[in-house]
Amino acid sequence: MNDSETRIVIAGFGGQGVVLTGNVIARAAMIDGRNVTLMVSYGAEMRGGTANATVVLSDGPIASPYVETPDVAIVLNRPSLDRFEPVMAPNGHVIVNRSLIDRDVEREDLTVTSVEATSIAHELGNVRATNMVAMGAFAGATKLVGAEALAEAVRLAFQEKSAKLVELNTRALHAGLDAVTS
Amino acid sequence: MKTGTEKLFMKGNEVMSEAAIRAGCRFFAGYPITPQNEVPEYMSHRMPEAGGIFVQAESELAAINMLFGASATGARCMTSSSSPGISLKQEGISYIAGAELPCVIANMQRGGPGLGNIRASQGDYFQATKGGGHGDYHLIVLAPSTCQELWTLTMNAFDYADRFRNPVMILGDGILGQMAEPVEPTPYEPVCELPDKDWILDGCKGREPRVIRSLYLRPAEALAEHNRHLHAKYDRIRHALPRAEEIAVDDARLVVSAYGMTARIAGGAVHEARRRGMKVGLIRPITVWPFPEEPFLRAAEHARQFLVCEMSEGQMIEDVRLACQYRRPVAFYGQGGGWYPTPEKIFERIAVLYEECR
Repeated sequence: MNDSETRIVIAGFGGQGVVLTGNVIARAAMIDGRNVTLMVSYGAEMRGGTANATVVLSDGPIASPYVETPDVAIVLNRPSLDRFEPVMAPNGHVIVNRSLIDRDVEREDLTVTSVEATSIAHELGNVRATNMVAMGAFAGATKLVGAEALAEAVRLAFQEKSAKLVELNTRALHAGLDAVTS
Repeated sequence: MKTGTEKLFMKGNEVMSEAAIRAGCRFFAGYPITPQNEVPEYMSHRMPEAGGIFVQAESELAAINMLFGASATGARCMTSSSSPGISLKQEGISYIAGAELPCVIANMQRGGPGLGNIRASQGDYFQATKGGGHGDYHLIVLAPSTCQELWTLTMNAFDYADRFRNPVMILGDGILGQMAEPVEPTPYEPVCELPDKDWILDGCKGREPRVIRSLYLRPAEALAEHNRHLHAKYDRIRHALPRAEEIAVDDARLVVSAYGMTARIAGGAVHEARRRGMKVGLIRPITVWPFPEEPFLRAAEHARQFLVCEMSEGQMIEDVRLACQYRRPVAFYGQGGGWYPTPEKIFERIAVLYEECR
């Protein structure tokens, strides 16, 4: 309804860190001074099932934190692509974790950014950083959130756990950025 | 969660919990239920840090009766739950209203009736505003529509409770509890004058004992007298507290009304209508009891029609009809059972009705 509004879905297996990714993107947007909401699917999730988080960015008031037709989707696994491709807004943008998704995006109106997120995370030393690589690719390809704000949000998200995790996830973020901008 | 900037970024449930602690809440008792579980979770670590008491009670009934005790000793106290759990608390809420004990009760509504589901709903409006428990009493009921407003109204809730010696309900829903958005953590400032708590049970050494009760058996007139006293208080509340936000109502031909999360979503639709040159406004009750009647009566002077939107089959619509004294037709858009509207769907409904208002 609002022209400045961008509706983003992050989706993957439970355990791939989609909630954390949503949180980091939302906090980065807040650091950038934008209005933002984060809504996480709750309650009826199962281990191994799909989980998703939705982030709405806007320069005006945000009416609803729910996203019916995403403008952008970060999909970390095949079931998430199957679920969200059909409901994407016209001319939307999909960031695909090519390492775990063995098919092409079918809709011709969608812009596709492919990134070997899991393979890159593996090379960095921990496949659990797949989400941060994909997030970096999202930021590099869409420019919706500033790289500096994202790095700051990553630091805030992991600093209470360990300096090592801050370092790993920051490297993963930059690897994702580099993968789509080089 | 800290953000590195001045703003907080937390789920609504956590925003409410932190605001309560900043407002001086030092006793929380609750029992888990989705979608408000972040409230007891947050309180379980923050309340001890703040020097207060957190109790995970053995049941909802126990939790509300613990509030009876905590409030009687003068503590600012709170419980929270979601629809089925709020039903279980109703006996205690009635006793607390009868005994005139200030406390704050949050209901992050979910689908009903019965166990229903865990999705957001506004099906408890009647329960919150028209009674809920037995007896002739009222809660003060506040309906925040953003996390920022949830922060402020939670603080206000403790002040209103103390000012009027009356339980206050925060009527939220599963979306407001679960969504996160930036909140400016404004410092706590009392929103009204707070009377001395000269009625609390804090040990009667050197003074006459005090009694707090809801049982009035003798003389025969005592309970009727107590009811008159309560209703004189409710009249003062009706005079002092009604609050609503009005958006673009002055020249509106169609006036939309909604509260809480639905009002926020409807706001997007009203904004779109104005962008297209349609004279459409929004009245958003912030207090749903006392209901803000005056803006509706004023709007009925120029509006041809009202449209009420709720995440229910239609409850607040009855108060809107009464408030505009049936002078204009009141249409409805909504659904119960865990459904939520989109701005686009509300706009479609506005566009159809607006044709009738031209």
